Amino acid sequence: MSVWDGFKDAALGRSLVERIAERLDALGATERQPVRLMEVCGGHTHSIFRYGLATVLPPALEFLHGPGCPVCVLPMGRIDDCVAIAEDPRVIFTTFGDAMRVPGSRKSLMQAKADGADIRMVYSPLDALALARRNPDREVVFFGLGFETTMPSTALTVLRAEAEGIANFSLFSQHVTIIPTLKAVLDTPGLTVDGFIGPGHVSMVIGLRPYRFIAETYRKPFVVAGFEPVDVLQSVWMLLGRIAEGRPVIENQYGRVVPEDGNQRARAAMDAVFEERERCEWRGLGSIDRSGVRIRDRYARFDAERRFSVGGAVVADPQACQCGEVLTGTLKPWQCRLFGNGCSPETPVGALMVSSEGACAAWYQYGGARRGAA
Amino acid sequence: MNAITPLRRRRLSVPTVTLSHGGGGTAMRDLVEDVFVSAFAGDAAAPLEDQARMDLAALAAGGDRLAFTTDGFVVDPLFFPGGDIGTLAVCGTVNDLAVGGAVPVMLSCAVVIEEGLAVDTLRRVAASMADAARAAGVRIVTGDTKVVARGACDKLFVTTSGVGVIRRGIEVGIGKARPGDVVLVNGPLGCHGATILAARGDLGLDADLASDCAPLNGLIGDLLDAAPGTRLMRDATRGGLAAVLTELAEASGVGVLIAEEALPVTPAVRGLCELLGLDPLHLANEGVLVAVVPREQAAAALAALRAHPLGGQAALIGGVTSERPGRVVMDTAFGQRTIDLPVGDPLPRIC
Amino acid sequence: MCLGIPGRITAITDPGAMLATVDVSGIRRTVDVQCVAEPGRPLDDLIGRWALVHVGFAMALVDEEEARATLALLETLGEAEAERDAMRLTADLDRGEAA
Repeated sequence: MSVWDGFKDAALGRSLVERIAERLDALGATERQPVRLMEVCGGHTHSIFRYGLATVLPPALEFLHGPGCPVCVLPMGRIDDCVAIAEDPRVIFTTFGDAMRVPGSRKSLMQAKADGADIRMVYSPLDALALARRNPDREVVFFGLGFETTMPSTALTVLRAEAEGIANFSLFSQHVTIIPTLKAVLDTPGLTVDGFIGPGHVSMVIGLRPYRFIAETYRKPFVVAGFEPVDVLQSVWMLLGRIAEGRPVIENQYGRVVPEDGNQRARAAMDAVFEERERCEWRGLGSIDRSGVRIRDRYARFDAERRFSVGGAVVADPQACQCGEVLTGTLKPWQCRLFGNGCSPETPVGALMVSSEGACAAWYQYGGARRGAA
Repeated sequence: MNAITPLRRRRLSVPTVTLSHGGGGTAMRDLVEDVFVSAFAGDAAAPLEDQARMDLAALAAGGDRLAFTTDGFVVDPLFFPGGDIGTLAVCGTVNDLAVGGAVPVMLSCAVVIEEGLAVDTLRRVAASMADAARAAGVRIVTGDTKVVARGACDKLFVTTSGVGVIRRGIEVGIGKARPGDVVLVNGPLGCHGATILAARGDLGLDADLASDCAPLNGLIGDLLDAAPGTRLMRDATRGGLAAVLTELAEASGVGVLIAEEALPVTPAVRGLCELLGLDPLHLANEGVLVAVVPREQAAAALAALRAHPLGGQAALIGGVTSERPGRVVMDTAFGQRTIDLPVGDPLPRIC
Repeated sequence: MCLGIPGRITAITDPGAMLATVDVSGIRRTVDVQCVAEPGRPLDDLIGRWALVHVGFAMALVDEEEARATLALLETLGEAEAERDAMRLTADLDRGEAA
């Protein structure tokens, strides 16, 4: 098959685990004083659990599961807005499957669907546009979420809708951007991180340059990584090398997909359609300045927020929820007071339990299902 | 209930089912006789009664216990590569009987039809049921038909119940797995679930996929002949392999350790799972047998499965342990992870 | 992870709309190739290439040479390990500990 399979090769994985152990020894890292690496992207969290990497890596290495799961950081107020739009009888509301179970303050999209709203899961925003073409008498709204990986796809879909004169399609933008998010994490008081596993697919769009400040200002090494198990292990090994050398640099482990400069055409589409929002709410993290995007005035007629008057209210996270501490790595998922104790994948309270890439759901499902209970 | 009887053949003259076909009058009789009786009756000439009647002595000759089960079937789309709701309704109930060590004997069939359904659609489903029953060696002996208003059900719901006879000496049960036993499956995982997801069409996927829907009673018969000490069997339907393994680990109070490399998964199912962020362990199957057998009978069991047309890719996927009772752990070749039940229906995801 | 999967571009289905068919292990899907089309070159040049697909869009062409180079580098790590193992084994033999 493809050259891709080499990155799932267990023998390569084993030799990398040994090399990692050697570098950890050389660094003098121990279980009590581990090297702490944050994987920014939920995809890496998923790979680490999916392949059980933490079960073979030495305890002198600790992973902090970062905030890079766009579903996990969806605030309740935004879900409420989506539910309100979806409940409009003119609307066919389309979404990626990920968002269906995220709790709003009243209900999730899954519950709204059960209550009669016309909500459909799609694989691609292009499929939402096709629904709009086929249903000219209905309003088709697409729930756009995700980082810069997904943003070009919704931007290009809006541009397509404009080019084809499709008037009954609109986009609800809950897109967020990676750099302000990273800054917010780096500025978290009390957070100690020795290096970052960088988001591979965001980087294929934005390239490597935007990360320079992490090396220059914050003096942390940063390795953009692929998502196969060998990719993750290799990037850990690379980071340990840079930590040992005291050389914080931005490196690219995922060169087969990520070009140095990213994808210029994808960025051009994003820039054409979206502009920064001054403030953006994150579940668990509060408001982060300029961390989200909205649709530019030029494309106002494709902006679901403007087409449907939605509340736009900010709804506070549930009080007992400690998603914020887990997101910034201050708490391990199973140390949260709600973990397995009212908050589970069946009945998520915090968003980290909703997406299978959320640190809590991953722990619950793959690692520590009974750790809290035992 | 009406026992199925070949009568003077009545023909339906309309192309779609209407509420009048559920009204108990001549329209309903036409529908039942033209569509169902003609498909199912075969050479069995039962009297026109509200129930099927069976000879106890003949049943008792096949074993010493009766097995009885029921299952409702809803699927969208009704027809998909590898089968349809009719095939599912027969195979599902046959398999539920067979995994208990029973030889399936007869089934009932009740249908709830949404008004407006094409009569030809119903004919195709009935023909599939008849074919599947023939393949499984069971008879459909009684049934019922209801028609509901548009919107009150989705096109067609089918419920089948089944009776089988459990062979003397066969004692299988979900709580009987013991440390040292091995876990076998007869073939690739996730084909049915993946096929249905792709066949719905809303994901825009075109795929080389077909449901694994098949009656497992023949295969199970061969397995029990070769490995009479078989501890337990399950067909891994909703919730997939993960659900069966979790259930047996909890019920037997044992740990289960499986090896990811040993799991049979077709390239297309793997591709669909990667594309949609799904796990083949969570996808539904309709022809996957999971069997736990004592280690000393493992080789014979595996050989018997592989010799059957439905077991060509049978595999030993793991073993039962005394460690971590109640938990299922998978060796991924990189490390180990816990396998848990899926939350609900697996949803396609992008992140 | 912003799920992205490599698939092979097998056909251009609508050159005007920049749509192509991508095959992922026997699963075929129409994807938008605007972001990976090379300016001034016919779209047909994409046929046979591996692309990274995310939500129905080809977002990057996979650089197979680069992938092979990465794997080759990792293989040398493994070889270094094998050498070390051999040396350890030799040392053990010298001490007469190996059977």
